[in-house]
Amino acid sequence: MTNETLAGYANLSLYSAMAVFTIAMVCHAIYLAGLLPARDRAVAKDATSARERELVGAGAPAETVSAPAAAAAAGSPTDGPELSKRARSAAGIASTTTWLGGLLLLASVVLRGLSVDRWPLGNMFEFAVMGSMFTSLAYSIWSTRRDLRWLGLFITGPVLLVLGMAVAVWYTEAAELLPSLKSYWLVIHVTVAVISTALFTLAAAATGIYLLKDAFQRSGRASVLDRFPDAPSIERTAYGLHIVAFPLWTFTLIAGAIWARQAWASYWNWDPKEVWTFVIWVVYAAYLHSRATSGISRQTAAWISLAGYACVIVNFAVVNVFFVGQHSYSGL
Amino acid sequence: MADSTTITQPRLGAMGWARWTWRNLTSMRTALFLLLLLAIGALPGSIWPQRSIDPARTSDWIAQHPKAGPVLDRLGFFEVYASPWFAAIYLLLFISLVGCVLPRSRVHWRAMRSTPPRTPSRLERLDDSARAEVDATPEQVVAAAREVLRGRRFRVHSHDEATVSAENGYLKETGNLVFHLALIGVIVGVAIGHLLGWKGDVIVPVGKSFSNTLSQYDTFAPGPWVNPDTLQPFTITVDKLDAKFEENVTGRGQFGQPRDFTAHLTTTTSPGAKPTTETVKVNHPLEIGGAGVFLLGNGYAPVVTVKDAKGQETYSGPVPFLAQDNNYRSVGAIKVTGADPKPLGFSGLFLPTAVIDKEQGPISIFPDAKRPALALTVYEGELLPGGRPQSVYVLDTSEMTQLKDAKGSPLRIWLEPGQTYQLPGGRGSITFDSVDRFAGLSIRHDPGKGITLVAALLALAGLIASLVVRRRRVFVRVSPAEGGGRTVVTVAGLAKGDDDGLRKVVEQVLGEVTTRATAAAGTTADSRPRATAPTGTEMDPRS
Repeated sequence: MTNETLAGYANLSLYSAMAVFTIAMVCHAIYLAGLLPARDRAVAKDATSARERELVGAGAPAETVSAPAAAAAAGSPTDGPELSKRARSAAGIASTTTWLGGLLLLASVVLRGLSVDRWPLGNMFEFAVMGSMFTSLAYSIWSTRRDLRWLGLFITGPVLLVLGMAVAVWYTEAAELLPSLKSYWLVIHVTVAVISTALFTLAAAATGIYLLKDAFQRSGRASVLDRFPDAPSIERTAYGLHIVAFPLWTFTLIAGAIWARQAWASYWNWDPKEVWTFVIWVVYAAYLHSRATSGISRQTAAWISLAGYACVIVNFAVVNVFFVGQHSYSGL
Repeated sequence: MADSTTITQPRLGAMGWARWTWRNLTSMRTALFLLLLLAIGALPGSIWPQRSIDPARTSDWIAQHPKAGPVLDRLGFFEVYASPWFAAIYLLLFISLVGCVLPRSRVHWRAMRSTPPRTPSRLERLDDSARAEVDATPEQVVAAAREVLRGRRFRVHSHDEATVSAENGYLKETGNLVFHLALIGVIVGVAIGHLLGWKGDVIVPVGKSFSNTLSQYDTFAPGPWVNPDTLQPFTITVDKLDAKFEENVTGRGQFGQPRDFTAHLTTTTSPGAKPTTETVKVNHPLEIGGAGVFLLGNGYAPVVTVKDAKGQETYSGPVPFLAQDNNYRSVGAIKVTGADPKPLGFSGLFLPTAVIDKEQGPISIFPDAKRPALALTVYEGELLPGGRPQSVYVLDTSEMTQLKDAKGSPLRIWLEPGQTYQLPGGRGSITFDSVDRFAGLSIRHDPGKGITLVAALLALAGLIASLVVRRRRVFVRVSPAEGGGRTVVTVAGLAKGDDDGLRKVVEQVLGEVTTRATAAAGTTADSRPRATAPTGTEMDPRS
């Protein structure tokens, strides 16, 4: 097969993935809508659950840990018989199509790599596609271990947006790389950067939902968020993602410095992208610090991590394009 | 004995204030604030042009913003990473780090050498606790608990006969301390590199040689403690420079992109040593004489010959022209001091693939030398007025006159390789012989980079340990139950921070202790009729 044919198939896979993610996004939304109980059922449910809570609290100290805490720790939305069949099947379609979308993106990445005879990570388009692939595959793989259907809409939506930007704005034909990118460090440094960005994306989505749910709970308003897992366990989920992504980002920084010494003669040049990578690292370090400081609330820590994610977005979308430096290749 | 209406408060003396300042500086909250401040402080260096990276762009920016430029300059926005306020932030951060980490290291050292604490008297009050009744004596249960916990790699100690205390996960704090101390190592490596390192740039046309001495560099920046006389005098000759550009893919942003640059060199490590041939590419530097030689730039050096009216050569050789855009439209100057009657200066453009555009004039449309041309104007007069230093690529025409053609407009010379132009007024001729390339070499010596790398990797290892390892304490308390020979055993866990897995660990420990104690009791009960019982019959409950 010629290079052009392979590149054409890669693009075809990408478009198919986008169509599939649209279906996944809609089905995730239908599932979330199905979580909303009908108004009369909601009133009855509130009354019974309030009574249950009183009973548990009044009893003797439990021999083993109490059941509500166990459910909260498991981190699953309280399904119950209220979840309609339509919502359940929508969730099933959603998770299957998310898997399919992720695998189609994997096919697109592999075909693109075969068409150019190199690791497919040389410009913003390839970076966006590989990042979306890692995000959706990480979500799918992790959802085999615990119930993450509540997070699905907030993953497939942004992934679809990024793929749209990739196709419309950042697309560039499959071709060779600039001389400074022809190094095995490309595979190491940029791939680890993409993986940590994908994990930061998952964590940011979970953190956003945590802050929303926390705000709703404190104001006492009822909403569909009541059917999500409880706020502390969402926050712990986000923390778990951050402690995997942060060492990977540290490694990205170190590997980038080693490569910079090979390519640009010095391991640190205060290039804008290097500066922003460092800024991201510092902000997430501040997040980890704030979570370990007793006087700082979990909400403050969550906001710091969202500031870090904003820096991640700026690092990718703004620094490459608008700031002049050694990372801005006019091939983009 | 104070009056009830006067307010008395403790007052801090100088030592008190110093202690208060130190305690706040080394607190986690201050560290958090300083970290965020460091992040914000680093941003201006990426937005505004920096003098250390691109001095020309910086001066341009200041010139284009006459009101904001000088103000920002005085505030240090064009040299952010060398500015005093940025240095203040990271120095405070490091003082805070050292002031917090050293006492914590002392505490951790003592904790590592001590035993786990006493078991709390009411274990049921802990969040993660579990209780069961076991068919075994209290001593058997305690022994089983010790074995189970030791098997799970806890440090075990019994403060009395009815309790067992266990602790593990010391690696978490060790990793934390290693990470923070390794950051200091990074700073030390950076400082050594700055003080004892040097860097220099030189442009070497193909065919020419370069030797590692101070005078031969185009620019040379030594660290404060570097003695330029101690540079190892290796030599480099550039034999050939290959450059390849994209010619096949015509998509946006791809056509004309550089694909490969390779410099073929002959090097000797010291005068008189055996020459070796080496190749330097963009990601493959040459390591020689303790320094790294990097191919950072390249360009064209058209070879010209200038003759006087009698036909004698007054100048011959390659002249580097500096590229101005991605298609290598290059500017430069040819200075002929020995020209007859007056010194001549040619200035203008070299275009590797020359085309005359209606609006922009002579431009290059492709970076490779597909259709090279020189477009020059000529001046004559004093090339070095006042003996002032000047750029090799620019003519100082303050004491020169431009040559004009017959109509009175400035003389424009257009030469393609092999062509000769006869200068008016018997001034001789200029011939464009051929096109050569030059290699832009950057040579760097950084003695601290090894320390920085090792420290950074140690920091990464310490970070992973501190985030992944769980620091836990497990307590076991036994008490005899009614109906002799039975024991009530309570297991409880305490974790440092959030720990989702602690509950499962507590339940598993309880299960294993129960099984092991029951098995021990069963074996002892079976073996009572027999005087000697082989201890090997006891089955391992965990297998």
